[in-house]
Amino acid sequence: MTGNLLEIRDLHKSYGDVEVLKGVDCTMVQGDVISIIGSSGSGKTTMLRCINMLEEFQGGSIRIDGQEIGYETVGGQRRRKSEKEIARQRALTGMAFQQFNLFPHMSAARNVMLGLMKVKKLSKEEARSIAEKWLDRVGLRARADHFPGQLSGGQQQRVAIARAIAMNPKLMLFDEVTSALDPELVNEVLQVIKTLAQEGMSMLLVTHEMRFAYEVSNRVIFMNQGRIGEEGNPREMFHKPRTERLSEFLKTSSFN
Amino acid sequence: MGYTLNFAAVWRSFDLLLEGLALSLALAFAAILIGAVIGLFTAFCLISKHGLARRPAGIYVTIIRNTPILVLVLFTYFALPQLGFRLGKIESFVFTLALYSGAYLAEVFRAGLLSIPAGLREAGLAIGLTEMQIRTSIIAPLMFRNVLPSLSSTIISLFKDTSLAAAIAVPELTFEARKINVETFRVIETWIVASCLYVVTCSILAALMRAVERRLSLPR
Repeated sequence: MTGNLLEIRDLHKSYGDVEVLKGVDCTMVQGDVISIIGSSGSGKTTMLRCINMLEEFQGGSIRIDGQEIGYETVGGQRRRKSEKEIARQRALTGMAFQQFNLFPHMSAARNVMLGLMKVKKLSKEEARSIAEKWLDRVGLRARADHFPGQLSGGQQQRVAIARAIAMNPKLMLFDEVTSALDPELVNEVLQVIKTLAQEGMSMLLVTHEMRFAYEVSNRVIFMNQGRIGEEGNPREMFHKPRTERLSEFLKTSSFN
Repeated sequence: MGYTLNFAAVWRSFDLLLEGLALSLALAFAAILIGAVIGLFTAFCLISKHGLARRPAGIYVTIIRNTPILVLVLFTYFALPQLGFRLGKIESFVFTLALYSGAYLAEVFRAGLLSIPAGLREAGLAIGLTEMQIRTSIIAPLMFRNVLPSLSSTIISLFKDTSLAAAIAVPELTFEARKINVETFRVIETWIVASCLYVVTCSILAALMRAVERRLSLPR
Protein backbone atom coordinates (compact mmCIF):
# COMPACT_ATOMS: atom_id res chain seq x y z
CA MET A 1 0.00 0.00 0.00
CA THR A 2 1.37 3.34 -1.02
CA GLY A 3 -1.41 5.63 0.11
CA ASN A 4 -1.97 6.78 -3.43
CA LEU A 5 -5.55 7.37 -4.48
CA LEU A 6 -4.84 6.42 -8.07
CA GLU A 7 -1.94 4.44 -9.39
CA ILE A 8 -1.59 3.72 -13.07
CA ARG A 9 1.32 1.51 -14.08
CA ASP A 10 2.48 0.96 -17.65
CA LEU A 11 -1.01 1.21 -19.12
CA HIS A 12 -1.33 -0.21 -22.63
CA LYS A 13 -4.43 -0.06 -24.74
CA SER A 14 -4.97 -0.97 -28.37
CA TYR A 15 -7.88 -0.92 -30.77
CA GLY A 16 -6.98 -3.85 -32.98
CA ASP A 17 -3.54 -3.09 -34.35
CA VAL A 18 -3.58 0.54 -33.32
CA GLU A 19 -1.93 1.15 -29.98
CA VAL A 20 -3.45 4.27 -28.42
CA LEU A 21 -1.84 4.07 -24.98
CA LYS A 22 1.78 3.01 -25.05
CA GLY A 23 2.72 2.69 -21.42
CA VAL A 24 1.22 5.40 -19.26
CA ASP A 25 2.22 5.85 -15.62
CA CYS A 26 0.42 8.21 -13.32
CA THR A 27 -0.21 8.53 -9.63
CA MET A 28 -2.38 10.89 -7.70
CA VAL A 29 -3.13 11.43 -4.03
CA GLN A 30 -6.32 12.46 -2.28
CA GLY A 31 -7.23 16.02 -3.19
CA ASP A 32 -5.18 16.19 -6.38
CA VAL A 33 -6.74 18.04 -9.28
CA ILE A 34 -5.02 16.94 -12.44
CA SER A 35 -5.74 18.25 -15.91
CA ILE A 36 -4.91 16.12 -18.89
CA ILE A 37 -4.25 18.12 -22.02
CA GLY A 38 -3.07 17.21 -25.49
CA SER A 39 -4.18 17.18 -29.08
CA SER A 40 -7.05 14.95 -30.17
CA GLY A 41 -6.02 11.36 -30.64
CA SER A 42 -3.28 11.65 -28.03
CA GLY A 43 -5.07 9.14 -25.78
CA LYS A 44 -6.28 11.39 -22.99
CA THR A 45 -9.95 10.42 -23.12
CA THR A 46 -9.04 6.77 -23.57
CA MET A 47 -6.88 6.90 -20.46
CA LEU A 48 -9.77 8.36 -18.49
CA ARG A 49 -12.16 5.71 -19.78
CA CYS A 50 -9.80 2.90 -18.80
CA ILE A 51 -9.92 4.09 -15.20
CA ASN A 52 -13.61 3.21 -14.91
CA MET A 53 -13.43 0.29 -17.34
CA LEU A 54 -15.53 1.89 -20.04
CA GLU A 55 -12.57 0.74 -22.11
CA GLU A 56 -10.77 -2.54 -21.67
CA PHE A 57 -7.00 -2.39 -21.61
CA GLN A 58 -4.50 -5.03 -22.57
CA GLY A 59 -1.54 -4.29 -20.36
CA GLY A 60 -0.51 -2.60 -17.17
CA SER A 61 -2.58 -1.97 -14.08
CA ILE A 62 -4.82 0.63 -12.52
CA ARG A 63 -5.36 0.82 -8.79
CA ILE A 64 -7.77 3.01 -6.91
CA ASP A 65 -7.21 3.11 -3.17
CA GLY A 66 -5.09 0.01 -3.58
CA GLN A 67 -7.81 -1.97 -5.37
CA GLU A 68 -6.82 -3.40 -8.72
CA ILE A 69 -9.36 -2.23 -11.28
CA GLY A 70 -10.97 -4.46 -13.88
CA TYR A 71 -8.56 -7.37 -13.98
CA GLU A 72 -7.09 -9.95 -11.69
CA THR A 73 -4.32 -12.43 -12.11
CA VAL A 74 -5.29 -16.00 -11.33
CA GLY A 75 -2.66 -18.70 -11.72
CA GLY A 76 -0.50 -16.43 -13.85
CA GLN A 77 -3.45 -15.66 -16.15
CA ARG A 78 -4.74 -12.11 -16.41
CA ARG A 79 -8.50 -12.12 -16.60
CA ARG A 80 -11.37 -9.68 -16.44
CA LYS A 81 -13.16 -9.46 -13.13
CA SER A 82 -16.85 -10.36 -12.94
CA GLU A 83 -19.34 -7.81 -14.24
CA LYS A 84 -20.72 -7.40 -10.76
CA GLU A 85 -17.31 -6.64 -9.32
CA ILE A 86 -16.53 -4.24 -12.14
CA ALA A 87 -19.86 -2.47 -11.58
CA ARG A 88 -18.95 -2.10 -7.92
CA GLN A 89 -15.52 -0.74 -8.80
CA ARG A 90 -16.97 1.73 -11.27
CA ALA A 91 -18.83 3.33 -8.40
CA LEU A 92 -15.46 4.25 -6.87
CA THR A 93 -15.26 6.90 -9.54
CA GLY A 94 -17.78 9.33 -10.93
CA MET A 95 -17.73 10.48 -14.51
CA ALA A 96 -19.10 13.45 -16.41
CA PHE A 97 -19.22 13.15 -20.18
CA GLN A 98 -18.85 15.54 -23.06
CA GLN A 99 -22.42 14.85 -24.17
CA PHE A 100 -23.90 14.96 -20.62
CA ASN A 101 -25.71 11.64 -21.23
CA LEU A 102 -28.60 12.40 -18.91
CA PHE A 103 -31.37 9.83 -19.01
CA PRO A 104 -33.94 11.74 -21.09
CA HIS A 105 -37.00 10.00 -19.63
CA MET A 106 -36.19 10.99 -16.06
CA SER A 107 -36.38 14.32 -14.30
CA ALA A 108 -33.17 15.92 -13.06
CA ALA A 109 -33.84 14.56 -9.59
CA ARG A 110 -34.58 11.05 -10.89
CA ASN A 111 -31.34 11.10 -12.85
CA VAL A 112 -29.46 11.69 -9.62
CA MET A 113 -31.59 9.26 -7.62
CA LEU A 114 -31.25 6.28 -9.95
CA GLY A 115 -27.76 5.25 -8.87
CA LEU A 116 -28.49 6.00 -5.23
CA MET A 117 -31.47 3.66 -5.29
CA LYS A 118 -30.19 0.91 -7.59
CA VAL A 119 -26.53 0.83 -6.61
CA LYS A 120 -26.45 2.23 -3.08
CA LYS A 121 -29.84 0.67 -2.31
CA LEU A 122 -31.10 3.79 -0.56
CA SER A 123 -34.82 4.35 -0.07
CA LYS A 124 -36.60 6.72 -2.42
CA GLU A 125 -36.85 9.36 0.31
CA GLU A 126 -33.16 9.21 1.19
CA ALA A 127 -32.21 9.31 -2.48
CA ARG A 128 -34.50 12.27 -3.09
CA SER A 129 -33.01 14.24 -0.25
CA ILE A 130 -29.44 13.58 -1.41
CA ALA A 131 -30.44 14.46 -4.98
CA GLU A 132 -31.95 17.74 -3.83
CA LYS A 133 -28.87 18.55 -1.82
CA TRP A 134 -26.59 18.07 -4.81
CA LEU A 135 -28.89 19.79 -7.27
CA ASP A 136 -28.88 22.68 -4.86
CA ARG A 137 -25.10 22.62 -4.82
CA VAL A 138 -24.96 22.95 -8.61
CA GLY A 139 -27.57 25.70 -8.48
CA LEU A 140 -30.47 23.68 -9.88
CA ARG A 141 -32.64 22.94 -6.88
CA ALA A 142 -35.53 24.71 -8.61
CA ARG A 143 -35.14 22.53 -11.70
CA ALA A 144 -35.25 19.20 -9.84
CA ASP A 145 -38.44 18.12 -11.59
CA HIS A 146 -37.50 19.35 -15.05
CA PHE A 147 -36.62 16.84 -17.73
CA PRO A 148 -33.30 17.02 -19.59
CA GLY A 149 -35.11 18.26 -22.71
CA GLN A 150 -36.26 21.29 -20.73
CA LEU A 151 -32.78 22.25 -19.56
CA SER A 152 -29.99 24.14 -21.32
CA GLY A 153 -26.74 22.35 -22.10
CA GLY A 154 -25.01 23.97 -19.16
CA GLN A 155 -27.81 22.98 -16.82
CA GLN A 156 -27.80 19.43 -18.14
CA GLN A 157 -24.08 19.17 -17.56
CA ARG A 158 -24.48 20.44 -14.01
CA VAL A 159 -27.16 17.79 -13.37
CA ALA A 160 -24.80 15.19 -14.82
CA ILE A 161 -22.08 16.33 -12.42
CA ALA A 162 -24.53 16.18 -9.52
CA ARG A 163 -25.57 12.68 -10.62
CA ALA A 164 -21.96 11.50 -10.55
CA ILE A 165 -20.93 13.21 -7.37
CA ALA A 166 -24.02 12.24 -5.39
CA MET A 167 -22.68 8.69 -5.50
CA ASN A 168 -19.86 9.88 -3.29
CA PRO A 169 -17.01 8.73 -5.52
CA LYS A 170 -13.40 8.81 -4.39
CA LEU A 171 -12.35 10.31 -7.69
CA MET A 172 -14.20 12.37 -10.30
CA LEU A 173 -13.41 11.97 -13.98
CA PHE A 174 -14.35 14.83 -16.28
CA ASP A 175 -14.19 14.10 -19.98
CA GLU A 176 -14.18 17.34 -21.96
CA VAL A 177 -17.29 18.42 -20.13
CA THR A 178 -17.47 21.85 -21.74
CA SER A 179 -16.66 20.89 -25.33
CA ALA A 180 -20.28 20.47 -26.38
CA LEU A 181 -21.46 23.67 -24.73
CA ASP A 182 -22.19 27.05 -26.23
CA PRO A 183 -19.46 29.47 -25.13
CA GLU A 184 -21.75 31.44 -22.82
CA LEU A 185 -22.65 28.26 -20.91
CA VAL A 186 -19.10 27.06 -20.33
CA ASN A 187 -18.49 29.22 -17.31
CA GLU A 188 -21.36 27.99 -15.14
CA VAL A 189 -20.04 24.43 -15.50
CA LEU A 190 -16.42 25.36 -14.85
CA GLN A 191 -17.52 27.26 -11.77
CA VAL A 192 -19.16 24.13 -10.35
CA ILE A 193 -16.02 22.09 -10.97
CA LYS A 194 -13.84 24.78 -9.46
CA THR A 195 -15.91 24.83 -6.28
CA LEU A 196 -15.68 21.05 -5.99
CA ALA A 197 -11.93 21.23 -6.47
CA GLN A 198 -11.60 23.83 -3.77
CA GLU A 199 -13.54 21.58 -1.42
CA GLY A 200 -10.94 18.87 -1.85
CA MET A 201 -12.59 16.58 -4.39
CA SER A 202 -9.96 14.54 -6.22
CA MET A 203 -10.33 14.98 -9.96
CA LEU A 204 -8.91 14.07 -13.29
CA LEU A 205 -10.02 16.41 -16.05
CA VAL A 206 -9.54 15.98 -19.74
CA THR A 207 -9.96 19.48 -21.04
CA HIS A 208 -9.34 21.91 -23.85
CA GLU A 209 -9.88 24.86 -21.54
CA MET A 210 -6.25 25.76 -20.98
CA ARG A 211 -6.97 28.78 -18.85
CA PHE A 212 -9.15 26.65 -16.61
CA ALA A 213 -6.56 23.85 -16.40
CA TYR A 214 -4.03 26.49 -15.42
CA GLU A 215 -6.20 27.95 -12.71
CA VAL A 216 -7.81 24.92 -11.15
CA SER A 217 -5.27 22.10 -11.25
CA ASN A 218 -2.26 21.43 -9.10
CA ARG A 219 -0.76 19.25 -11.80
CA VAL A 220 -1.03 19.05 -15.56
CA ILE A 221 -0.33 16.06 -17.75
CA PHE A 222 0.42 16.61 -21.41
CA MET A 223 -0.41 13.53 -23.46
CA ASN A 224 1.39 13.03 -26.72
CA GLN A 225 0.91 10.06 -29.05
CA GLY A 226 -0.21 7.65 -26.36
CA ARG A 227 2.41 8.60 -23.81
CA ILE A 228 2.81 11.23 -21.17
CA GLY A 229 4.82 13.87 -22.97
CA GLU A 230 5.36 16.11 -20.02
CA GLU A 231 3.89 16.70 -16.59
CA GLY A 232 4.32 19.14 -13.80
CA ASN A 233 2.71 22.05 -12.07
CA PRO A 234 0.68 24.30 -14.33
CA ARG A 235 2.87 27.35 -13.88
CA GLU A 236 5.99 25.58 -15.18
CA MET A 237 4.12 23.66 -17.83
CA PHE A 238 2.40 26.64 -19.38
CA HIS A 239 5.15 29.21 -18.99
CA LYS A 240 8.25 27.09 -19.44
CA PRO A 241 7.38 24.00 -21.48
CA ARG A 242 10.36 21.68 -21.57
CA THR A 243 9.47 19.87 -24.78
CA GLU A 244 9.06 21.18 -28.28
CA ARG A 245 5.75 19.29 -28.64
CA LEU A 246 4.14 20.96 -25.64
CA SER A 247 5.30 24.38 -26.65
CA GLU A 248 3.85 23.78 -30.15
CA PHE A 249 0.62 22.54 -28.62
CA LEU A 250 0.27 25.54 -26.33
CA LYS A 251 0.83 27.90 -29.24
CA THR A 252 -2.10 26.42 -31.13
CA SER A 253 -4.36 26.18 -28.06
CA SER A 254 -6.45 28.86 -26.47
CA PHE A 255 -3.92 29.58 -23.73
CA ASN A 256 -2.00 32.79 -24.23
CA MET B 1 -79.11 -6.15 -59.90
CA GLY B 2 -82.24 -6.80 -57.92
CA TYR B 3 -80.44 -7.13 -54.60
CA THR B 4 -82.00 -5.21 -51.72
CA LEU B 5 -79.91 -4.74 -48.62
CA ASN B 6 -81.57 -6.17 -45.56
CA PHE B 7 -79.63 -6.11 -42.32
CA ALA B 8 -82.41 -7.54 -40.13
CA ALA B 9 -81.04 -11.09 -40.14
CA VAL B 10 -77.54 -9.83 -39.29
CA TRP B 11 -78.81 -7.64 -36.47
CA ARG B 12 -80.57 -10.62 -34.95
CA SER B 13 -77.20 -12.33 -34.62
CA PHE B 14 -75.29 -9.18 -33.74
CA ASP B 15 -74.58 -10.41 -30.23
CA LEU B 16 -72.76 -13.38 -31.78
CA LEU B 17 -70.58 -10.98 -33.74
CA LEU B 18 -69.84 -9.02 -30.58
CA GLU B 19 -68.91 -12.20 -28.74
CA GLY B 20 -66.66 -13.06 -31.65
CA LEU B 21 -65.09 -9.62 -31.50
CA ALA B 22 -64.50 -10.00 -27.77
CA LEU B 23 -62.72 -13.27 -28.39
CA SER B 24 -60.67 -11.70 -31.22
CA LEU B 25 -59.53 -8.98 -28.83
CA ALA B 26 -58.75 -11.49 -26.11
CA LEU B 27 -56.71 -13.62 -28.53
CA ALA B 28 -54.78 -10.59 -29.73
CA PHE B 29 -54.22 -9.32 -26.22
CA ALA B 30 -52.88 -12.62 -24.91
CA ALA B 31 -50.72 -13.26 -27.96
CA ILE B 32 -49.26 -9.77 -28.09
CA LEU B 33 -48.52 -9.78 -24.38
CA ILE B 34 -46.58 -13.04 -24.63
CA GLY B 35 -45.14 -11.91 -27.97
CA ALA B 36 -43.86 -8.68 -26.43
CA VAL B 37 -41.87 -10.61 -23.83
CA ILE B 38 -40.48 -12.92 -26.51
CA GLY B 39 -39.84 -9.93 -28.78
CA LEU B 40 -37.98 -7.92 -26.16
CA PHE B 41 -35.79 -10.85 -25.23
CA THR B 42 -35.16 -11.64 -28.90
CA ALA B 43 -34.36 -8.00 -29.70
CA PHE B 44 -31.64 -7.90 -27.03
CA CYS B 45 -30.28 -11.16 -28.47
CA LEU B 46 -30.31 -9.71 -31.99
CA ILE B 47 -28.10 -6.79 -30.97
CA SER B 48 -25.87 -8.92 -28.75
CA LYS B 49 -22.22 -9.19 -29.68
CA HIS B 50 -22.31 -12.88 -28.72
CA GLY B 51 -23.05 -15.09 -31.71
CA LEU B 52 -24.54 -17.70 -29.40
CA ALA B 53 -27.34 -15.28 -28.55
CA ARG B 54 -27.56 -13.52 -31.90
CA ARG B 55 -27.68 -16.42 -34.32
CA PRO B 56 -30.56 -18.47 -32.84
CA ALA B 57 -32.56 -15.24 -32.48
CA GLY B 58 -31.87 -14.42 -36.12
CA ILE B 59 -32.95 -17.88 -37.25
CA TYR B 60 -36.19 -17.65 -35.27
CA VAL B 61 -37.06 -14.26 -36.73
CA THR B 62 -36.18 -15.33 -40.27
CA ILE B 63 -38.24 -18.52 -40.17
CA ILE B 64 -41.31 -16.89 -38.66
CA ARG B 65 -41.25 -13.81 -40.85
CA ASN B 66 -40.87 -15.84 -44.01
CA THR B 67 -43.73 -18.22 -43.31
CA PRO B 68 -47.34 -17.15 -43.93
CA ILE B 69 -49.16 -16.95 -40.66
CA LEU B 70 -51.97 -19.17 -41.96
CA VAL B 71 -49.43 -21.91 -42.59
CA LEU B 72 -48.10 -21.48 -39.04
CA VAL B 73 -51.62 -21.66 -37.63
CA LEU B 74 -52.41 -24.85 -39.55
CA PHE B 75 -49.03 -26.37 -38.74
CA THR B 76 -49.41 -25.80 -35.01
CA TYR B 77 -52.97 -27.08 -34.90
CA PHE B 78 -52.74 -30.03 -37.25
CA ALA B 79 -49.09 -31.05 -37.51
CA LEU B 80 -47.75 -30.55 -33.99
CA PRO B 81 -50.22 -33.02 -32.40
CA GLN B 82 -48.70 -35.68 -34.67
CA LEU B 83 -45.44 -34.92 -32.89
CA GLY B 84 -47.07 -35.25 -29.51
CA PHE B 85 -47.66 -31.54 -28.87
CA ARG B 86 -51.41 -31.18 -28.56
CA LEU B 87 -53.19 -27.95 -27.69
CA GLY B 88 -56.82 -26.83 -27.74
CA LYS B 89 -57.94 -24.59 -30.61
CA ILE B 90 -57.68 -21.35 -28.69
CA GLU B 91 -54.42 -22.21 -26.96
CA SER B 92 -52.97 -23.40 -30.23
CA PHE B 93 -53.85 -20.13 -31.95
CA VAL B 94 -52.57 -17.96 -29.11
CA PHE B 95 -49.35 -19.95 -29.10
CA THR B 96 -48.91 -19.41 -32.84
CA LEU B 97 -49.81 -15.74 -32.83
CA ALA B 98 -47.52 -15.16 -29.82
CA LEU B 99 -44.57 -16.72 -31.66
CA TYR B 100 -45.48 -14.73 -34.75
CA SER B 101 -45.84 -11.45 -32.78
CA GLY B 102 -42.54 -12.18 -31.06
CA ALA B 103 -40.68 -12.20 -34.36
CA TYR B 104 -42.29 -9.02 -35.65
CA LEU B 105 -42.03 -7.16 -32.35
CA ALA B 106 -38.37 -8.24 -32.07
CA GLU B 107 -37.65 -6.34 -35.27
CA VAL B 108 -39.60 -3.31 -34.05
CA PHE B 109 -37.79 -3.36 -30.69
CA ARG B 110 -34.42 -3.95 -32.31
CA ALA B 111 -34.78 -0.81 -34.39
CA GLY B 112 -35.76 1.06 -31.24
CA LEU B 113 -32.76 -0.25 -29.32
CA LEU B 114 -30.36 0.78 -32.06
CA SER B 115 -31.64 4.35 -31.91
CA ILE B 116 -30.59 4.78 -28.27
CA PRO B 117 -27.27 6.62 -27.92
CA ALA B 118 -24.45 4.46 -26.54
CA GLY B 119 -23.59 7.26 -24.13
CA LEU B 120 -26.63 6.48 -21.99
CA ARG B 121 -25.44 2.95 -21.36
CA GLU B 122 -22.00 4.32 -20.47
CA ALA B 123 -23.53 6.86 -18.11
CA GLY B 124 -25.37 3.99 -16.43
CA LEU B 125 -22.19 1.93 -16.19
CA ALA B 126 -20.29 4.92 -14.81
CA ILE B 127 -22.61 5.19 -11.80
CA GLY B 128 -22.19 1.49 -11.12
CA LEU B 129 -25.36 0.03 -12.64
CA THR B 130 -25.18 -3.51 -13.99
CA GLU B 131 -26.05 -4.24 -17.62
CA MET B 132 -29.37 -5.70 -16.52
CA GLN B 133 -30.27 -2.62 -14.46
CA ILE B 134 -29.36 -0.43 -17.42
CA ARG B 135 -31.64 -2.46 -19.67
CA THR B 136 -34.62 -2.35 -17.35
CA SER B 137 -34.30 1.23 -16.08
CA ILE B 138 -32.92 3.08 -19.07
CA ILE B 139 -32.81 1.20 -22.36
CA ALA B 140 -36.18 -0.57 -22.35
CA PRO B 141 -38.31 2.44 -21.27
CA LEU B 142 -36.63 4.67 -23.86
CA MET B 143 -36.86 2.04 -26.56
CA PHE B 144 -40.55 1.60 -25.81
CA ARG B 145 -41.16 5.33 -26.31
CA ASN B 146 -39.15 5.33 -29.53
CA VAL B 147 -41.11 2.49 -31.07
CA LEU B 148 -44.64 3.49 -30.08
CA PRO B 149 -45.63 4.71 -33.57
CA SER B 150 -44.48 1.53 -35.31
CA LEU B 151 -45.67 -0.57 -32.38
CA SER B 152 -49.15 0.81 -32.96
CA SER B 153 -49.32 -0.40 -36.56
CA THR B 154 -47.82 -3.77 -35.63
CA ILE B 155 -50.41 -4.26 -32.90
CA ILE B 156 -53.27 -3.38 -35.26
CA SER B 157 -51.88 -5.70 -37.87
CA LEU B 158 -51.62 -8.52 -35.30
CA PHE B 159 -55.17 -7.88 -34.16
CA LYS B 160 -56.39 -8.30 -37.73
CA ASP B 161 -54.42 -11.53 -37.99
CA THR B 162 -56.74 -13.05 -35.38
CA SER B 163 -59.24 -13.49 -38.23
CA LEU B 164 -57.08 -16.41 -39.38
CA ALA B 165 -58.17 -18.33 -36.29
CA ALA B 166 -61.39 -18.95 -38.24
CA ALA B 167 -59.37 -21.48 -40.22
CA ILE B 168 -59.23 -23.76 -37.19
CA ALA B 169 -62.79 -22.97 -36.08
CA VAL B 170 -61.95 -20.65 -33.20
CA PRO B 171 -65.24 -18.76 -32.72
CA GLU B 172 -63.82 -15.26 -33.18
CA LEU B 173 -65.35 -12.47 -35.26
CA THR B 174 -64.60 -13.81 -38.75
CA PHE B 175 -65.69 -17.30 -37.82
CA GLU B 176 -69.00 -16.00 -36.40
CA ALA B 177 -69.56 -13.84 -39.46
CA ARG B 178 -69.08 -16.80 -41.73
CA LYS B 179 -71.53 -18.80 -39.64
CA ILE B 180 -74.15 -16.05 -39.90
CA ASN B 181 -73.45 -15.75 -43.60
CA VAL B 182 -74.09 -19.46 -44.12
CA GLU B 183 -77.20 -19.45 -41.95
CA THR B 184 -78.84 -16.30 -43.32
CA PHE B 185 -77.45 -16.09 -46.86
CA ARG B 186 -77.14 -12.31 -46.34
CA VAL B 187 -73.60 -12.35 -47.76
CA ILE B 188 -73.09 -8.65 -48.38
CA GLU B 189 -74.72 -7.46 -45.17
CA THR B 190 -72.83 -9.92 -42.99
CA TRP B 191 -69.43 -8.99 -44.34
CA ILE B 192 -70.20 -5.27 -44.33
CA VAL B 193 -71.06 -5.46 -40.64
CA ALA B 194 -68.05 -7.63 -39.81
CA SER B 195 -65.75 -5.27 -41.73
CA CYS B 196 -67.21 -2.27 -39.91
CA LEU B 197 -66.55 -3.96 -36.57
CA TYR B 198 -62.90 -4.49 -37.57
CA VAL B 199 -62.53 -0.91 -38.80
CA VAL B 200 -64.07 0.59 -35.67
CA THR B 201 -62.00 -1.62 -33.36
CA CYS B 202 -58.77 -0.85 -35.19
CA SER B 203 -59.54 2.87 -35.10
CA ILE B 204 -60.12 2.70 -31.37
CA LEU B 205 -56.86 0.78 -30.91
CA ALA B 206 -54.99 3.39 -32.94
CA ALA B 207 -56.53 6.20 -30.89
CA LEU B 208 -55.57 4.42 -27.66
CA MET B 209 -52.00 4.02 -28.85
CA ARG B 210 -51.83 7.69 -29.82
CA ALA B 211 -53.08 8.58 -26.34
CA VAL B 212 -50.35 6.43 -24.78
CA GLU B 213 -47.82 8.11 -27.05
CA ARG B 214 -48.96 11.57 -25.97
CA ARG B 215 -48.99 10.51 -22.36
CA LEU B 216 -45.44 9.18 -22.48
CA SER B 217 -43.95 11.88 -24.66
CA LEU B 218 -41.10 13.65 -22.92
CA PRO B 219 -41.56 17.28 -21.96
CA ARG B 220 -39.27 19.67 -23.72
